[in-house]
Amino acid sequence: MLSGILLFNQKGELLIMRAFRQDMRPRLADVFRIQVISNAQIRSPILTLGSTTFSHIKNENIYLVGVSKGNVNSALVFEFLYKLVALGKAYFGRFDEEAVKSNFVMVYELLDEILDFGYPQNTETETLKMYITTEGVKSERALEDSSKITMQATGALSWRRDNIKYRKNEAFVDVIEDVNLLVSASGTVLRADVNGAIEMRAYLSGTPECKFGLNDRLTLGENGADTSLGGAVGNMGGNKASKAAAGSVTLEDVSLHQCVKLSSFTNDRTISFIPPDGSFQLMTYRATENVNLPFKVHAIVNELGKSKVEYSIAIRSNYGSKLFATNVVIRIPTPLNTATTTHRASQGKAKYEPAENAIIWKIARFTGQSEFVLSAEAELSAMTNQKAWSRPPLSMQFSLLMFTSSGLLVRYLKVFEKGNYSSVKWVRYMTRAGSYEIRF
Amino acid sequence: MAVNRLRSALAAPRKGETYELRAGLVSQYAWERKESIQKTIMSMTLGKDVSALFPDVLKNIATPDLDQKKLVYLYLMNYAKTHPDLCILAVNTFVQDSEDPNPLVRALAIRTMGCIRVDKMVDYMEEPLRKTLKDESPYVRKTAALGVAKLFDLNPSGCIENGFLETLQEMIGDSNPMVVANAVTALAEIDEAAPETKALVVTSQTLKKMMLALNECTEWGRITILTTLADYKAKDNKEAEHICERVSPQFQHVNPAVVLAAVKVVFLHMQQIENQQLHATYLKKMSPPLVTLVSSHPEVQYVALRNIDLLLQKQPGILEKEIRVFFCKYNDPSYLKLTKLEIMVRIANTSNADQLLAELKEYAMEVDMDFVRKAVRAIGQVAIKIEECAEKAVNVLLELINTKIGYVVQEVIVVIKDIFRRYPGYEGIIPTLCQCIDDLDEPNARGSLIWIVGEYAEKISNAGDILAGFVEGFSEEFTQTQLQILTAVVKLFLKKPDQSQGLVQKVLQAATAENDNPDIRDRAYVYWRLLSSDPQIAKNIVLSARPPITSTIPVMPGPLLDSLLPNLSTLASVYHKPPHTFLGHGRSSALQSAAIEEAKQNARENPIAAAAVSAAMAGGSAREIQNNAENLLDIDFDGAAPASMQKAPIAGASGLEGLGGTRQRVASPGITSPTTAQGGMEDLMGMFGNGNGAPPNPMNGGGGSDDLMNGFASMSMNGGQPPPAQSQLDGGGGDRKTKEDLLGLF
Repeated sequence: MLSGILLFNQKGELLIMRAFRQDMRPRLADVFRIQVISNAQIRSPILTLGSTTFSHIKNENIYLVGVSKGNVNSALVFEFLYKLVALGKAYFGRFDEEAVKSNFVMVYELLDEILDFGYPQNTETETLKMYITTEGVKSERALEDSSKITMQATGALSWRRDNIKYRKNEAFVDVIEDVNLLVSASGTVLRADVNGAIEMRAYLSGTPECKFGLNDRLTLGENGADTSLGGAVGNMGGNKASKAAAGSVTLEDVSLHQCVKLSSFTNDRTISFIPPDGSFQLMTYRATENVNLPFKVHAIVNELGKSKVEYSIAIRSNYGSKLFATNVVIRIPTPLNTATTTHRASQGKAKYEPAENAIIWKIARFTGQSEFVLSAEAELSAMTNQKAWSRPPLSMQFSLLMFTSSGLLVRYLKVFEKGNYSSVKWVRYMTRAGSYEIRF
Repeated sequence: MAVNRLRSALAAPRKGETYELRAGLVSQYAWERKESIQKTIMSMTLGKDVSALFPDVLKNIATPDLDQKKLVYLYLMNYAKTHPDLCILAVNTFVQDSEDPNPLVRALAIRTMGCIRVDKMVDYMEEPLRKTLKDESPYVRKTAALGVAKLFDLNPSGCIENGFLETLQEMIGDSNPMVVANAVTALAEIDEAAPETKALVVTSQTLKKMMLALNECTEWGRITILTTLADYKAKDNKEAEHICERVSPQFQHVNPAVVLAAVKVVFLHMQQIENQQLHATYLKKMSPPLVTLVSSHPEVQYVALRNIDLLLQKQPGILEKEIRVFFCKYNDPSYLKLTKLEIMVRIANTSNADQLLAELKEYAMEVDMDFVRKAVRAIGQVAIKIEECAEKAVNVLLELINTKIGYVVQEVIVVIKDIFRRYPGYEGIIPTLCQCIDDLDEPNARGSLIWIVGEYAEKISNAGDILAGFVEGFSEEFTQTQLQILTAVVKLFLKKPDQSQGLVQKVLQAATAENDNPDIRDRAYVYWRLLSSDPQIAKNIVLSARPPITSTIPVMPGPLLDSLLPNLSTLASVYHKPPHTFLGHGRSSALQSAAIEEAKQNARENPIAAAAVSAAMAGGSAREIQNNAENLLDIDFDGAAPASMQKAPIAGASGLEGLGGTRQRVASPGITSPTTAQGGMEDLMGMFGNGNGAPPNPMNGGGGSDDLMNGFASMSMNGGQPPPAQSQLDGGGGDRKTKEDLLGLF
């Protein structure tokens, strides 16, 4: 398992070094610095030297490195490192050099708690926040509380503490979809899919049992007919036609938070769970059928000789006229040897960014059913060795409220609790651009 | 204390950071002491040696402030080794803490004790450990469970004598899922370090308990349990079915590592299920979660993709319809792009080939050189795999030739050569190929073109002129190209004897008299003799029909694949190599495992003695073994160094050599030898052997390896004529560099 964790800043200065086993020697930090940070050639996130393996990820301006001996479970190591980043963000707002430096005692404390002998332990933010706090737990208070805390840290409901009380019981559900698109130069859609996530913020008293319903085709169409193994998860085969109920969505695959009872989901696709207190990600899903693309992009790019490139980009919004997308950013790549550009946009502002080799076109508010056009020209400076321009794809960023590309809807969220209180639920939908790329 | 006074009198300066820290540590104010401890830890992190402060820090250990205690413990863990005697002073506090009413403190004490690797501490650890293993709080119990693993690492025999292993085994039945998970973890660790203890034996009883805990424990605990389940061999068909049924809901877990672990369990146990329909069902169930893994973080994605590559080789059908998700994004890191390419080629079939070819053509226009080459190669692989799209692929390749980008053209030529070997009827494009002769500067590409010219000499009107051009500069070519020129000219002569008599004599002359590479000379002499005896026999041999190739997609040999599948989601699955080939010495090295095997043989009936032996090995006397290991490691390591820059070996054995007639020699290394360096070495050995009876290999011991390396590098230079084969040199240089670094490391 993990022999130790190293945190470096961008320059390769060691910020944190925590050894969990005796085979983690201080010199290994130098080895990593020399072999990875100061080596521009390195291309793989995993490096094995002798019997030592360094697995690293980068977050903001720091490197997080897991050092291990032997044939370690790589997926686990990387997942753990990302979990560490998530924890850092939850604790310090962001997890960068600054945050690590000013909270290094805390980071040590966290590492001590979430890794024992190199094996990950409980990494649930909410639970950890109970006993690893910025103020520090006073021993007197700890005496009464900590037995409770430890019960919770290890219990079957490790994500929820007892006796939570709210005056007003509320639950917020955010459906956030990242739509990925890849369109070829000829305009055919090569790939369109949706990675969705359902984020929840639960402020509910007691131990509420929640049931969650979506317009999932498999749930809707299932009339007890086909509950065998074959009918379960993500299996699209068979009697699709009969189930083509209007407005239902086919989810390709679903991953659920650990609070969801997986076995009951496998049996009849009900999502029932006892939520953690506060915010968490209930589920993520993937959909590939009938993806509604919020924007259609039509790009004409002509290279006129060796000195000029002409652009004509038209973008049409494909959603209800009452909706509007915000923060729409279109990144239009230009050749590396672009000298100057001229551009004219029918809406928003366009600007040439030499550092990114692109024209960045920003539209703050993009109403539905409308079309905006940008025409631009890039003047190229002469180059001695003329290499063909690789024409990287045009990409888009946007966020669009009250719209889901997959067509997913929350049908209900029921809360059952002993106290039988009434609760208020709020649902919000948002579609963002994942990797929205158009080749030209 | 006397020691202390002495030190302050002699060594410690009155000024400076250490002095200030010390003053703070013994301050009368609690807050000042705490602050100083924090500063000390800070200095420790920055790599300064603050071990001199040990006694002063130690004074702060008895404190009600949990934070401060944690800091002192952290310091202790780091510097216990430097002051083993003083550690005794801390023992009392640890023992007291382990009976504290606060479970957090109890757990902290037992956790830290295990990390202080000092002999004296070990003796005092047993009693608190025994108590905490039976603690009422599950939090303490789960910490104590790992404590046993720590103790075993230090003192195996003591651990066994005290019956801790039995206690751990009982803890698999604990009511708390986290305790179960950690008990399994600890047992698995002990079992791996010392298999003779039989620490972790899964029975139907424990199996049931682990299944129960599986649905309730943390994500990390699930991974532990799943890994144990994967190693377990089901008793019968029914049990395997049961395991698969219980594990498959974990496919829906949000943590990719859990999903991969679950896939591994189901995939392995599935082999035992007889019901074919169930097989198909599980394979079907597996594919959506696998696809979902492709949208996780890039590094996790990389691990997942490498694993998918393995799974596909075993079960080619599982992701047939999903080719689109493997399309590369423009911003994907290159390690992902390259892996995705491999997978796409594997799932290519008649229905998605058109789409794939269009996509590959896009990639071939990008800027990243490695990626572009691989994309071009992939076009060829698809064409050879799927006959229907061969024509389309050739058209795409021709378009790529027109881009006139050097490395693209070269790669295209190599690929087209393979297509010629597979399908007849594309000779029409040869003139286009011949136009770019001047742009080719890589031996592989030049060789490919020359082979094409020789092979189709009768259809190329100016074949003689083309080859004459190459013969002109014969002595400046790479070895590989020289061999091809030789063969091509001989072929030309056999096909058009009237036009090329002079040419063949010239080249044979150049290859025998003016060349000192034994490989080339040998081949030239063979041809010479053949030609001078009977042209008909020469024709039968040189122009004989070769067996057609069926695929150029690298396939892993079955046994290797089967040995990798139980290692899914581990490093071995990422490198596609069995663990012992890339790990040097250390806990799971091949050497040590062999030694353990021996110990097991010797003392099978007496586990305590066996444990003692293995303990001794892990401790003092292991030095010797390790030294040996280090010596051997040099060689081993040169092989292992490029593990993360893998993939070279297959390219090395491009099959070109086989064309000329040396098939039997080249066939083996590319596939059997795990690494480039070794493959190259074998080749080199072959050269020695085939040459003029040069002295046999110098592989006498570890010490010689350095020389061997140098010899290797210089040999390849001699062999390769003036411009040395770039890749080999790079490889050699890189290896040596990393090795030096490694030597520094030890």
